[in-house]
Amino acid sequence: MKQIIMKYLKPYFPRMGVGFLVKFTGTIMDLCIPYILAHIIDTVILSRDRRLIFGWGALMIVCSLLAVSFNIIANRMASRVSADATEQIRHDLFSRIMHLSNAQTDFYTKPSLISRMTSDTYNLHQMLGRIQRLGVRAPILLIGGICVTFTLDHAMACVLLAVLPLLGFITVYVSRRSIPMFSGLQEANDRFVRMVREDIAGIRVIKALSKTDYETGKFQTVNREVVERERKNGMVMAIINPSMNILLNLGLVGVILVGAYRVNGGTSEVGKILAFTTYFTIILNAMMSISKMFTVLSKAIASGNRIWYVLEAEDDMGILAKYGEAQEDPESQDGSEAQDPESQDGLETQDDPAEQEICFDHVTFSYLKKGEANIKDLSFRIKKGETLGIIGEIGSGKSTIINLMMRMYDVDEGRILIAGKDVRSYEPSVLKKKFGVVFQNDTIFEDTIAENVTLGREIGSGQLQEALLYARASEFVADREEKESEALNIKGANLSGGQKQRVLIARALAARPEILILDDSSSALDYRTDAEMRKGIREHFQDTTLVIIAQRVSSIRNADHILVLEDGVPIGYGTHEELMENCEVYSEISRSQMGA
Amino acid sequence: MGTEKKRYSKRTILRLGQYMWQYKWLLALAMVCTLGSNLFSLIGPKLTGLSIGAIEGGRGAVDFQKVFYYAGWMALFYVVSALMSYGLQVLMLTISRKVVYRMRQDVFEKLMTLPVGYFDVHQTGDIISRISYDIDTVNASLSNDLVQLLTTVITVVGALLMMVSISPKLVLVFAFTVPLSILITKNITGKTRPLFRKRSAKLGELNGFVEEMISGQKTLKAYNREEYTQGKFDRKNEEAVEAYYRAEYYGSVVGPCVNFINNLSLSLISVFGALLYLAGSMRIGDISSFVLYSRKFSGPINEAANIFSELQSALAAAERVFRLIEEPPEPADAENAIVLDQVRGEVELSHVQFGYLPGKTIIHDLSFRAEPGKLIAIVGPTGAGKTTLINLLMRFYDPDSGCITVDGRRNDGMTRSSLRKAYAMVLQDTWLFYGSIYENLAYGKEDATREDVEAAAKAAHIHSFIKRLPEGYDTILTDEGTNISKGQKQLLTIARAMLLDAKMLILDEATSNVDTRTERRIQKAMLKLMEGKTCFVIAHRLSTIENADLILVVNGGEVVEQGTHKELMELQGVYRKLYNAQFE
Repeated sequence: MKQIIMKYLKPYFPRMGVGFLVKFTGTIMDLCIPYILAHIIDTVILSRDRRLIFGWGALMIVCSLLAVSFNIIANRMASRVSADATEQIRHDLFSRIMHLSNAQTDFYTKPSLISRMTSDTYNLHQMLGRIQRLGVRAPILLIGGICVTFTLDHAMACVLLAVLPLLGFITVYVSRRSIPMFSGLQEANDRFVRMVREDIAGIRVIKALSKTDYETGKFQTVNREVVERERKNGMVMAIINPSMNILLNLGLVGVILVGAYRVNGGTSEVGKILAFTTYFTIILNAMMSISKMFTVLSKAIASGNRIWYVLEAEDDMGILAKYGEAQEDPESQDGSEAQDPESQDGLETQDDPAEQEICFDHVTFSYLKKGEANIKDLSFRIKKGETLGIIGEIGSGKSTIINLMMRMYDVDEGRILIAGKDVRSYEPSVLKKKFGVVFQNDTIFEDTIAENVTLGREIGSGQLQEALLYARASEFVADREEKESEALNIKGANLSGGQKQRVLIARALAARPEILILDDSSSALDYRTDAEMRKGIREHFQDTTLVIIAQRVSSIRNADHILVLEDGVPIGYGTHEELMENCEVYSEISRSQMGA
Repeated sequence: MGTEKKRYSKRTILRLGQYMWQYKWLLALAMVCTLGSNLFSLIGPKLTGLSIGAIEGGRGAVDFQKVFYYAGWMALFYVVSALMSYGLQVLMLTISRKVVYRMRQDVFEKLMTLPVGYFDVHQTGDIISRISYDIDTVNASLSNDLVQLLTTVITVVGALLMMVSISPKLVLVFAFTVPLSILITKNITGKTRPLFRKRSAKLGELNGFVEEMISGQKTLKAYNREEYTQGKFDRKNEEAVEAYYRAEYYGSVVGPCVNFINNLSLSLISVFGALLYLAGSMRIGDISSFVLYSRKFSGPINEAANIFSELQSALAAAERVFRLIEEPPEPADAENAIVLDQVRGEVELSHVQFGYLPGKTIIHDLSFRAEPGKLIAIVGPTGAGKTTLINLLMRFYDPDSGCITVDGRRNDGMTRSSLRKAYAMVLQDTWLFYGSIYENLAYGKEDATREDVEAAAKAAHIHSFIKRLPEGYDTILTDEGTNISKGQKQLLTIARAMLLDAKMLILDEATSNVDTRTERRIQKAMLKLMEGKTCFVIAHRLSTIENADLILVVNGGEVVEQGTHKELMELQGVYRKLYNAQFE
């Protein structure tokens, strides 16, 4: 929290200072009014001068006018500062979240990131405004009040002062306890967000299984937890106000008792005690105001910490210089040909590495970093313009290869070269620009078809049309009323499964990528559309290296290389014909599918 | 438009009142506490005065016995007053939590009854924003502001009475200033209400955007769209922050303005008071106590004005919540709806016509009959209305004309829940929730034993995978977890369906992401799953449906061909073309 204030409020310190001065002046004006009033009653009236009375009256009105203007100006400045600071914090937080690595996103979980982004920044915004608006007047009144009481009578003021450490203790104690409670509350809030999100996503299944009552019950638990935490928090926070009341008022009783002795001893006067009580009310009210701010503050600190936690997350995928130039042949030190594992896999090793578009070199990787690895010692090489087909059972690591190739995760062992350079040595944007990809669960955004294809990249309408054409999407897009400006619903709900996939493929094609990856992205297409599409892509994107993950052999049988995976281990690599001969698993799959 | 909005505000207040009214006894108790703690704290100054009176004797003449006596009472009253105010806060917390709990529950229950299409056009983030942030805003206002308003009323009335008793003439000053402050407050709130509305709406929009973008983060990163998305976000962020700023700024104008009016009345009181004194109709002592009470009078009014802007934002938020609660739900079950039981599984569609939007018909005239226990395959090019058909069978939507019958009875005459229970469904879009694998599998059948679940998982060929996970069946599936692929998710949902004992089964591309080897291995289990059930299968791999009892070829919302595989192949039509395409 401290860091957030230092980082995001510091630039506003001058403006906040000015705002503080304005507010200060306004408050002083406000405080002048009762003073003038007392002056009128105590002295001016006695002079029986009407002009003087009107004069002082006018002065009061002038003070009121100044007070109102200054306060409004100060409030405006405060709102501006808190708005600007919040905007900046949100901007940075969003940017940080967008740049989090997948492993980090998995760690924080999306619901939690969403609630940090929404409700935590909101709490912060609220606090920034309130503190600035209320945080000036109350301390002025408090300090001013105490100072005045000291000028009245030292001994009595000391009694009052003795109460303050107790007040401080209570405030500190309560906020110490409440900040972790607020953090807990926000965590419960994460669970709450997750459940609503999840149920909205699964509403069809929930209804189909008539589980709405069950889900409502489950929600009840989550809801109750949030509410219960809120209530407990509130109970703790509620201690501050009455205990301050008690302490200060008991202090007042003490003042009266001490005063009684002092008056009796002749060292003080009754009038002073009387004045004391007036200032006392002012001090009490100021304390109340301050205690109110504590609720907002504790909540904001808890939220601030959650935000900072994400903001300071370190980039766990640095660009590593030492992987920079991997031009030297990986096998050069290996010496003996027979020990070269790649030659066993039937890989060519003689080519210039620069021509190798994709090269996996003894890659091992595991998501959880425990238990069995998801990819084990995988090596293969693909040349520019070639097609790689990947086939294998579910869970065999097919999509993992994509994740690694695009550096969504870093390999545990081995390395991956794209165009001869280690993926870890690329500027991320340069690496990503090489790819056009359709993931297995890819996202359609609530936007137009065109925007979904271009995603704001600089893609001309000619290129857009071309992409739609080769993704076999032109036809159904042309049938839409607004053509490619047709708005799509959330997650593309107004498209059929096959149409969604074609929009996604168009997205991948649009920038004419060097490497096109289709991860099981034609499963909802009928065979004919699928076949036509692949043919079109191969013909018109000759320089593009193609990586296709598929369940159907027909989708990959024409590929230059086919990789057969089982449990993260390559069990076959070659062309269709080669694999038909020497890979049992592959030929079995193939035969079963081709109905032969 | 304006009057419509006004009416809506009134309704919002009324509805909020209804929520509060459920706790009227607690509220009454809270009122007693408010009264009590205010009165006790009002007595405090009186006692102070009395004890000071006992000191008045001056040097050597202080009546210590009296001083101690009053001081003792003072201490007691203050403690009691503080305890009462704590009690009050606890009470208000309890009430507001109950209200919030109820509201959230109502929103959620509403979400569960909304037609499924609602979620296709409303961003999840915006819905979350309503159920969490908007309700929170309402709640913050309920727990603080109400008490404050009550306190205000009590002290204002008390102070006013005292002032009238001192000088009715001087009270006339308030006849000028009070309407003025009401006018100003009304004027400003009239301006701020739309601003607060906008603030809530913009925040909801921002949250909707954030939710969508974080959900699609992987894609955005893959296309290097971080900066671009950031630009879009910045615009929305700026709008939201600006809306907040405007609402907050205008809202915070009210306080100083009302304060100004108070100061103005104070000035007027001192001038007129002085004049009255000069005219001989008022004593100085009266003026000063009048001033004291007038401060007591205006203080809370000032507070109330501040609260007003909070109330405004609460109302704007409540309005958004109630608008969601008031969305039309799925039409209720017919009054005499029967509970479908002893299902045979005969389904018939006759002349069904349907479109999601009026004027945009998707299914034109669909008729077919599915005998109990038969396998009906639905094929056709993508976008031909296959998924829509499922929506109709499950009664997520009702046809515009024509009818669907189950066992010879119209399905709109049955309770939705019993109809849906008669179906088991495996969809292309798998849905698993945060929870253990076991819980996910047993989701459709609460009384399933561990053995049942494991048997189903074995049949779906996912058992060995589960066993290999660190926690086995107790492994928690996290949202979009990386520990599980889409194909595995499909197998899990198939296992889930195997546990159901429904008479009808819908498989919508149930195995589209399952490799063919695994698919063949689960074939036996699938056959068992389908055994004795009327099955509706949508598949692209035509090999999987060759032995269907009836194949419906759907195109453009109509059945263009129907028959068995053999018949259709002989027909040399659409089906044959589709079938041959897979071997090209």
